[in-house]
Amino acid sequence: MSNLRPDLSIIANNVRDGARILDVGCGDGSLMAALRDTKKVDARGVEIEPSNVFAAVSKGLSVIQGDADTDLADYPDNGFDYAILSQTLQTTHRPDLVLDHLLRIGDRAFVSFPNFAYWRVRSSLLLGGRMPVTPHLPEGWHDTPNIHHVTIDDFRSFLKSRKVTVEGEWFLSGNKPRKGGLANLMAEHAVFLLRKS
Amino acid sequence: MSEDERFGLNKGVRLMGPVKLDNGAELVPVDFAYETYGEINEARDNAILICHALTMDQYVASKHPATGKDGWWTSMVGEDKPIDTSRFCVICINVLGSCLGSSGPASVDPASGNQYGMDFPVITIADMVRAQAILLDHLEIETLAAVIGGSMGGMQALSWASIFPDRVRSAIVIAATARHSAQNIAFHEVGRQAIMADPNWQGGNYYEGDAAPAKGLSVARMAAHITYMSEEGLTEKFGRNLQDRDAKSFGFGADFQVESYLRHQGSTFVDRFDANSYLYITRAMDYFDLAEAHDGVLAKAFTGTKTRFCLISFDSDWLYPTAESRQIVHALNAAGAAVSFVELSSPFGHDSFLLDAPDMNRIIDGFLKAGETS
Repeated sequence: MSNLRPDLSIIANNVRDGARILDVGCGDGSLMAALRDTKKVDARGVEIEPSNVFAAVSKGLSVIQGDADTDLADYPDNGFDYAILSQTLQTTHRPDLVLDHLLRIGDRAFVSFPNFAYWRVRSSLLLGGRMPVTPHLPEGWHDTPNIHHVTIDDFRSFLKSRKVTVEGEWFLSGNKPRKGGLANLMAEHAVFLLRKS
Repeated sequence: MSEDERFGLNKGVRLMGPVKLDNGAELVPVDFAYETYGEINEARDNAILICHALTMDQYVASKHPATGKDGWWTSMVGEDKPIDTSRFCVICINVLGSCLGSSGPASVDPASGNQYGMDFPVITIADMVRAQAILLDHLEIETLAAVIGGSMGGMQALSWASIFPDRVRSAIVIAATARHSAQNIAFHEVGRQAIMADPNWQGGNYYEGDAAPAKGLSVARMAAHITYMSEEGLTEKFGRNLQDRDAKSFGFGADFQVESYLRHQGSTFVDRFDANSYLYITRAMDYFDLAEAHDGVLAKAFTGTKTRFCLISFDSDWLYPTAESRQIVHALNAAGAAVSFVELSSPFGHDSFLLDAPDMNRIIDGFLKAGETS
């Protein structure tokens, strides 16, 4: 799984063999294909971009063109062992409702997102006075799909207020794993494994 | 296999069935007109059944004998096409109730020695599928690699997966619905009333006489044809352009190109289609509600299914809009089925699935290839 994006690699390494997963915002299905081939996972995907759906279906994956904001309501309760939302939370209109659905549909949920409190982001805004553009946030303010920027501390307090249990957390900076200390400042990217309390 | 007389172009066979019909009756004997393309393999597991739409026929990839036109899906079916006849044995059967060689109202009723006319039983989509299964038994094909259909063909594909889950490894359902809507039924009723209002229809007993209800059938086709297109497509193709004239005639000739086009569609249709078949097949579509026999819960039609599904809709199709495909996807999700779905963009309305659509080709190609390796 070395050719997977680092956050997807973390998710892939922590999914149970033979699990049923729903990958929301699955892109071209790289994670689903890797999990199917290495862990015999029964994977389903939702993806908004038609060209990504074509690519995923060509890999033999079951992917539905759909929107995390509107189409998750169609999925039955507890149909999956894991619901996965990688680098998609910050693009949704209602991240809170999307997260509710993830925890309703899956017994557990993996959520990964770019940390808006990462020091480079902070310094870009503080010193440059401009909206930050980084490898994880490459678009300008006017055309970015990231409409709900979130920091690791924001996310933690949000989870606490909703009484969501954190079963695992992983942090990345420069695509390399790092320890949790000062994560809100030092991590460029976070991955959480969540469960309803 | 090429010596097997059961396979090839322009095939026909009479089987004793019987087809047990939804109306309680049994239909026997049953005539089948069908075509096959490509070779069946030794394991007899590389067959793809293509189910055709309301007014289509078995000539999916070969010249239509009456019109001389190329098959209706040559962009999709053939060597190195998405439905590749060098890998698959493709079968297309003229649907029960139609008029291109399979049993229908124009067939001779062996009991009376006369053509059935309105004595032909009212059939359903499920009846069509059960009849097709009898032909597949005759061809010694137990399991289909895929069943594929657009529009009414998609209804058959869904029914195949529901009635014979163990015989269908994959199903591709294009521009279809799990249930005919009030609007769908309404348009069909306009067509049927046009046919039955034609004095030549004579209660369906027009086969002996000199004249068929061509006027009525032509109007039915014209009304239906509008539903197969989109406002955008019609505007793009015709706008308000006049036909072979510089000014309005202040009469009721075909002033507008769109009128001329529809008249042409109507008049060429009657040369290749039987009015009674049009009545029977539209009725079968109107009766289609896959959830009905499952307490109104569509997911129950697919409980425990192992079939892989691929659904495709078109954004300009207002006859079977994307929302209807999504309902099927929703039900398949609830049933835990392996389902893929994509809405494609096309200005050409419901008929988009019959046109050369590279995105549709790509997804069907990918879906079928993935099915061969899994």
